[in-house]
Amino acid sequence: MMARLQAKIYRAAVYAGMMFSVGVLVLIAGYILFKGMPHLTPELFAWEYNSNNVSMLPSIINTLLMTLLSMIVCVPLGIGAAIYLTEYAPRGSKLVKLIRMTAETLSGIPSIIYGLFGSMFFVVALKMKLSLLSGALTLSIMVLPTIMRTTEEALLAVPDSFREGSFGLGAGRLRTTFKVVLPSAVPGILSGVILSLGRIVGETAALIYTAGTVAKVPDSLFDSGRTLAVHMYAISTEGLHMDESYATAVVLLIMVFIINGMSQFIARRIGGNKA
Amino acid sequence: MNKVKCSAMKEGAAKAVFAFTALVSILVVALICVFLFAGGIPGMAKIGVWDFVSGEKWKPGQKLFGILPFILGSVYVTAGALITGVPAGLLTALFLSRFASKRVAGMLRPAVRLLAGIPSVVYGFFGLVVLVPAVREIFGGTGSSLLTASILLGMMILPTIITVAESALNAVPDNYYEGALALGATHERSVFHVVLPAAGSGVMAGIILGIGRAIGEATAVMMVAGNRVSMPKSLLKGVRTLTSNIVMEMGYAADIHREALIATAVVLFVFILLINGLTLILKRRKE
Repeated sequence: MMARLQAKIYRAAVYAGMMFSVGVLVLIAGYILFKGMPHLTPELFAWEYNSNNVSMLPSIINTLLMTLLSMIVCVPLGIGAAIYLTEYAPRGSKLVKLIRMTAETLSGIPSIIYGLFGSMFFVVALKMKLSLLSGALTLSIMVLPTIMRTTEEALLAVPDSFREGSFGLGAGRLRTTFKVVLPSAVPGILSGVILSLGRIVGETAALIYTAGTVAKVPDSLFDSGRTLAVHMYAISTEGLHMDESYATAVVLLIMVFIINGMSQFIARRIGGNKA
Repeated sequence: MNKVKCSAMKEGAAKAVFAFTALVSILVVALICVFLFAGGIPGMAKIGVWDFVSGEKWKPGQKLFGILPFILGSVYVTAGALITGVPAGLLTALFLSRFASKRVAGMLRPAVRLLAGIPSVVYGFFGLVVLVPAVREIFGGTGSSLLTASILLGMMILPTIITVAESALNAVPDNYYEGALALGATHERSVFHVVLPAAGSGVMAGIILGIGRAIGEATAVMMVAGNRVSMPKSLLKGVRTLTSNIVMEMGYAADIHREALIATAVVLFVFILLINGLTLILKRRKE
């Protein structure tokens, strides 16, 4: 009798915990979409931002620029590092261990510390000022460990027989890596890259003091420009434009959900191939 | 002959390039340490390390730089996040790993990933428009408080805890569970008393990762915590954390004030390194 009661309590607790977690997602997404959708007006997508229209279009363009720029820097670096770790370095060497440890350290550093470092290093020491470039470089460092780790996992999942076959046919290591190993690891790498896209799109703390908060599309890489997440932070903490804040949150949420969906779609396709 | 030489050179160059990209992460960690410590230590020395970390007053105008309120703020908020986030996260992980059918789990896992993908500004905004008024209605006060920040952070660390704990639970060998069943335990009892303890170190790793996320979060906390500079006295009063202190004042700080903010980041960084170290120890023990 006691055992039955205990089983019931445990089961109830598990279901309650699950409902809570699902409830959090439904509540946040539902509330913001429900309250924000009606405020999505054409003025919010005007070409120029001013304090009347609170347009988010410049910030959306900045987000795209920022993402593109960060990717140009961090994707080659991350993939190159992963290639070194899996294809070149002797397995289990001290250097490899050190690199893994630093990458792990990097992934644990809070974004505000990246922001502070970016503002001391890129903005001040390298004299890049508050600019798109400073922001993008800061973000590249921030997502580097994610790209490194996912690429490494994808490369490690490529069976050694592929490499041996390629070596057996007389190809060198470089050729084997680019023609045989990388192509079969593409989906895994891509899902990691998309994952970091999501982080870049949603980032605020690392950008406020590196890319700044100017609400227009910068004329050059050395001008300040705020991304949509920073824009959202600025207008919601001012508290003057609540309706517009809701609408901005909707756009931000939809962007992130689409990116997330893409990443999961690709990840599932890899799983499917394996099975 | 020439061709062989050429390809050997290409191979060598490629190896050098890849090795360089791999060294970037070491370089970056070194740079971060150098800049953070070089920027923060002199300020800390001028203020006095002990006065800095144990001072109860933060008044940049009067050159008073004590960050004890922010250290406590960070610790309290993180503890609050664990109290709200860990039970729900752990139970959800148990559900996904041992109770849900394949189909239900397949539907819930993407939802958890969505939760992980929501940007912290959106969490913060949600806290601002929903949690702050709710806390104000129910408990009184301004609503921007330690309690509000704890609840919000608890929600934010849910996906971290769920994902890590679930994979730890999935990694427990089936014969543990089957053995418990064979001894006559119910499914629930086997899961809670045999599988869960066996996954202990993995679950701990998830919790520690959650601590790291909670202590490092800036934007969302700042939007709901009230950010008062005095010592945190009650659940319903505003608190300021290490992270929000940096974000709030970095924009206009100069000289010693700026150095004190960088020193605040040094303290935060040390916390994070300690947490990372704990994770490493746990991992090593698992192996």
